[in-house]
Amino acid sequence: MTFAIAMTGFVALYIFMLAGFAGWVIIGNVPAILHTPLMSGSNFVHGIVVVGGLYALFNAITPQEQAIGFVAVLLGAGNAAGGYAVTDRMLAMFKTSDAKPARKHAQIHHLKKG
Amino acid sequence: MLTQISQLVIGAADLGAAFLFMFGLKRMSSPATAPSGIRVAGIGMIAAVLASFLYLLTVDAAARPHMLVNVGLAVLALLIGGVGAWFVGRKVAMTAMPQMVAIYNGMGGGAAGSIAAVELFGGRTQGTTQLVVTLLGGLIGAVSLSGSVIAWAKLDGVLKQPLRVRGQQYANAVVMAVTVAVAGMIVTSVLGVGGLVLTTPAWIWTFFALALLFGILMTLPIGGADMPVVISIYNAFTGLAVGLEGFVLQNPALMIAGMVVGAAGLLLTVIMARAMNRSIANVLFTNFGTPAKAKPGAIKGSERSTDAADAAIKMRYAGKVIIVPGYGLAAAHAQQKLYEFVKLLLAAKVSVKFAIHPVAGRMPGQMDVLLAEAGVPYDMIFQLDDINDDFATSDVALIIGANDVVNPAARTDKASPIFGMPILNADKAAQVFVVKRGQGKGYSGIVNALFYAPNCNMVYGDAQAVLVKMIEAVRGLGAAAA
Repeated sequence: MTFAIAMTGFVALYIFMLAGFAGWVIIGNVPAILHTPLMSGSNFVHGIVVVGGLYALFNAITPQEQAIGFVAVLLGAGNAAGGYAVTDRMLAMFKTSDAKPARKHAQIHHLKKG
Repeated sequence: MLTQISQLVIGAADLGAAFLFMFGLKRMSSPATAPSGIRVAGIGMIAAVLASFLYLLTVDAAARPHMLVNVGLAVLALLIGGVGAWFVGRKVAMTAMPQMVAIYNGMGGGAAGSIAAVELFGGRTQGTTQLVVTLLGGLIGAVSLSGSVIAWAKLDGVLKQPLRVRGQQYANAVVMAVTVAVAGMIVTSVLGVGGLVLTTPAWIWTFFALALLFGILMTLPIGGADMPVVISIYNAFTGLAVGLEGFVLQNPALMIAGMVVGAAGLLLTVIMARAMNRSIANVLFTNFGTPAKAKPGAIKGSERSTDAADAAIKMRYAGKVIIVPGYGLAAAHAQQKLYEFVKLLLAAKVSVKFAIHPVAGRMPGQMDVLLAEAGVPYDMIFQLDDINDDFATSDVALIIGANDVVNPAARTDKASPIFGMPILNADKAAQVFVVKRGQGKGYSGIVNALFYAPNCNMVYGDAQAVLVKMIEAVRGLGAAAA
C-alpha cells in the first residue's frame, strides 16, 4: 500500500481548474465591506507556501541550497503569521449596532501612534 | 513503513488544510461569521506545518547527513519569520494596512521563488514540464516579491513620485523577453544541450536577477492612486506562483491554496479596475495622472464656504444624512471624531448612513476597516450600488476627505479624465457639505465640479478640527435646550 501522491500534467490541470473556479465563486460572495480582510486572509492562505519551503530545506544538501531554503521558510512563515495576525485583528473590529467593540481603546491608541 | 506513515499523515494534514482554507474563506461572506473563518483556516495552517516535519522521514539519502542542521535552520526560520511578522502585524496601524499586506504578499512570492531556486540549483526537476513550471512559478514569485516591495515603498511614502522614463514600456518588454530567453537557456542547459556561454547555476542567478528587476521596473511607473489594483494583482501573482511550485513539489494543498488565492486576486483586480473605469492593461501600461489632452468643460460659479457649526446644526435638524468618507479622513486621524459626531446625530433621531466607494482608501475595502476600527457598526456602512439611489432623497450629504469619487464630471463631462467612472451621487442630495483642508484639486489633480454646485457648501479646515467644532455645536444646542 502506498500513499504517495503523483500528479501528471492533466490531473494537475484539473486541480488548478477546479480550485480556480471554487476560489472565484467563494470570493465572489464576499461583500465589498470585507475586501481588505479578504485580501489579507487570502494572503494568509498562500502562506501555505511555507510547507513547500520546509520540504525544500529538509532536502537541501549544499550550503547554497540550505541558505535559499532558509529564506523560503523565513519568508513563508512571515507571510502566514503576519497575514493571520492582521486578518484576525481586522475581523474582530466589525460589530453590529447591538454589540460594542471590546478592544476599542487599544485600537484608538494604535491609530494615534500611526 | 515509516515512509508510508509519513506520506499518510502529511497527505491527510494537507487535505484537511486545503478543506479548512476553502471553508474559512467561505465563512468570510458575512462579517458575523468571518472571524471564525480565519481561525478555521489558521488551524489548517498549523496542522500542515507540523505535519511537514514528517518529510524528515523520507529525505534523500544525500540530505540525511545534513538533517540536524536543516531542522535547526527550519525551526530558526519559522521562529524569526513567524514571530517577527506576528508582532509587527499585531502592532501596525490600520491606516498602514495596504503596505503591510503588500509586504506579506511579497514574502509569499519570495518564498515561492526561493523554492524554485532550490529545486533548480539542486537539479531536482525531472522532465521538461516540471522544469518549465518551476521556472514559470519562480518568475512570477520573484516579480511578485520585488514588485510588492516597490508597492510597499510607494504606499509607505518612501517613494514619493512615480518614476517614468520615455520608452519605459519598451524597456520592460525587452527585460521580459531577455528573462524568458534566459529561462530557455536554463531548460536547454539542464536537458544537456551544448553550446552555452554560461554554466547552469550562472544562468539560474541571471534568471532570478532579471525577474526581480522586471518586478521593480513594472511597478515603478504606476501612480499612487492605482495601488489598490496593483496590490490585488500581486496577490493573484503570489497565489499563482505558490500553486505552480505546489505542482513541482507534487503537493495538492499548495496547488489548491495557490489557485484559490490566484482567482481571488484576479477577481478583486477586476472589481477595482471596474470601479476606476479602466482596464487592467490600462493601469499597468499607461501613465495615469498625466494631464488629459482634451480640455475639460469650463466650470461656472465659485466655491462657497460655510461655518462648521452652521453645517453641524443643519445636519442635527435634518431627517436623513449620508456621509461619504475618503482617505483624507484617515489621513487626518478623524474617524473617531466622526463617529462621535454621528452618535450625537443618531441620538437626535437623525438617520445616518455611510456611503463607501470601492476605491475609497488605498486598497479594496480599507475605508470599511477604518470605520469599523472607529466603532462604526457595519450595518450603517453601505457600498456604492446599495446606496446611490438614496442620495436623491437625503437632506444632507457630508463629504469628508473624498474628492474624485463624488465628482459629477464622471457622469457628465466627456472630456474629463475620470469620465465613465462610477461615482457616488452625492450631488443629488438637497444640501452637500464638503470638509476639505483648503481649495485645491484631488488626488488625481482634477477639478471637482461638485464644489461649484449651487447646493454645495465648503467647510474648510482639518477634518479633525472641523469635527470637533461640529460636535461642540450640536452639544451646545442640547445644553441650551436643557
